[in-house]
Amino acid sequence: MTQHDDHLHATRRRFLTDAAALAGSLGLGLSLTLKPATATPATMQAALKKVVGEAPLQKGKVKLDVPPLVENGNVVPVTVTVDSPMTASDYVKAIHIFNEKNPQPNVIGAHLGPRAGRATISTRIRLADTQNLTAVAELSDGSFWTDSVQVIVTLAACVESL
Amino acid sequence: MARALINVPPKAKRGEIIEIKALIQHEMETGFRVGTNGNMIPRDIITDFICKYNGEEIFRADLHPAISANPFFAFFTTATESGTISFEWVGDNGFAAAESATITVE
Amino acid sequence: MKRAAAIILIALAVEAAALAAEIPLAERKSGYDFMGPDSRAMQDDDTANPGMFWVLDGEALWKRKAGVADKSCADCHGDATTSMRGVAARYPAFDAARGRPVDLEQRINICRAERQNATPFSFESKELLALTAFIGRQSRGMPIEPASDDRIKPFLEAGRELFNRRQGQLNLSCSQCHDDNWGQKLAGAPIPQGHANGYPIYRLEWQTLGSLQRRLRNCLVGMRAESYPLGASEYVDLELYLMWRARGMKVETPAVRP
Repeated sequence: MTQHDDHLHATRRRFLTDAAALAGSLGLGLSLTLKPATATPATMQAALKKVVGEAPLQKGKVKLDVPPLVENGNVVPVTVTVDSPMTASDYVKAIHIFNEKNPQPNVIGAHLGPRAGRATISTRIRLADTQNLTAVAELSDGSFWTDSVQVIVTLAACVESL
Repeated sequence: MARALINVPPKAKRGEIIEIKALIQHEMETGFRVGTNGNMIPRDIITDFICKYNGEEIFRADLHPAISANPFFAFFTTATESGTISFEWVGDNGFAAAESATITVE
Repeated sequence: MKRAAAIILIALAVEAAALAAEIPLAERKSGYDFMGPDSRAMQDDDTANPGMFWVLDGEALWKRKAGVADKSCADCHGDATTSMRGVAARYPAFDAARGRPVDLEQRINICRAERQNATPFSFESKELLALTAFIGRQSRGMPIEPASDDRIKPFLEAGRELFNRRQGQLNLSCSQCHDDNWGQKLAGAPIPQGHANGYPIYRLEWQTLGSLQRRLRNCLVGMRAESYPLGASEYVDLELYLMWRARGMKVETPAVRP
């Protein structure tokens, strides 16, 4: 290869990385392969931002309950509890759960109201790999609170096919 | 229609906070799996779950492929009056299911 | 040095012989006991156990007329809550016509073919799983009581031999994990004792209901051994031994397992 070719390759490589970086900063995933892009801490932050906007995300009030070592990543029981009096003037409007290593960052968005009486929701989710799970609660006063848990996910020992 | 299993206490005291559980049969195909022919299996999931108490919405959830197959939800509401607690699931490919339970509040 | 090596070898040989033993009856634990509280709660609550969907489907199939004979299961067997009570707890059962034990899936298909004149259900089909789950549910909570007469003995021995046979690329036997190393961890998950007391199960790994044969095939593939063809008599012999091994333990169908 000539020096000229090397220069062209370098320029093309540079263009692709710049394009990917630009796409990344715009919140888009530029996938250059056929396999689905996985969420990254960056895409999770983007998904979080869509819900929270410019408001500060405060630690506290939210408790994310997940088994520390899951029995199976296909069915992980999750419970989110938010400390709130759940009165007409002070209640939890919504609870969102995000992940950072599944193909995409959103898990669930649950909408409550003062009638709920208790700001607790439970469901069963899929986790592709050991990762951080984040819960965000939106309160009636417009504030956002969060909790994060590291969940360890192992593959089943005996699989169906090789 | 897909089968659903509901758990609503048949009786409650006025003002009591009750737990509601709902389970629906659905594969929740993520759209991220590759089939045996090498092509991606298209997404086919339930996208919305709505619970109403005598017609008024008390709980709603937007679902994504990360929800396990046979989606399960447990949540709370205040027993305000006797009547019907209704459940609705809506999803891809025109999926629609509904179920309801009666509650007596004294 | 040589003497020390000889002593070690003898010690290992003695240990190996002692290890290849069955679990004492009092030490037996169901797969339920190896699960976390969330999975146990899923199994215990009929409105939170996805396996119940198949039980409900089975209840509907039980009443549906089928085949040239245009008969439903209910037409001969009536109300399953009485007629099927305890049945799954004593399967596999000896079938005189075939001169060998058959499992519940085979028994259902024999009825389909011979009594209803209908096409038998294929293995792992929705219908067969539903009926097995429905019938199994009628034995829930009852102690497992496999047949013990002389006719069954050679098949029970064949099943025991399969359980203890080293197989596959890893040269492992079922017994080495489930008799000798239950309770230890394999890839982060506890090894259960391998009792077939809850089948068909809602397996979290499958996110659906599946039969014992499906699970056994998973095990064989996991050991890198050749799995037997669907419906092979080896599975029935093995199931017979597994049920004998779990005798007295309670049926948990439809169980939830990781």
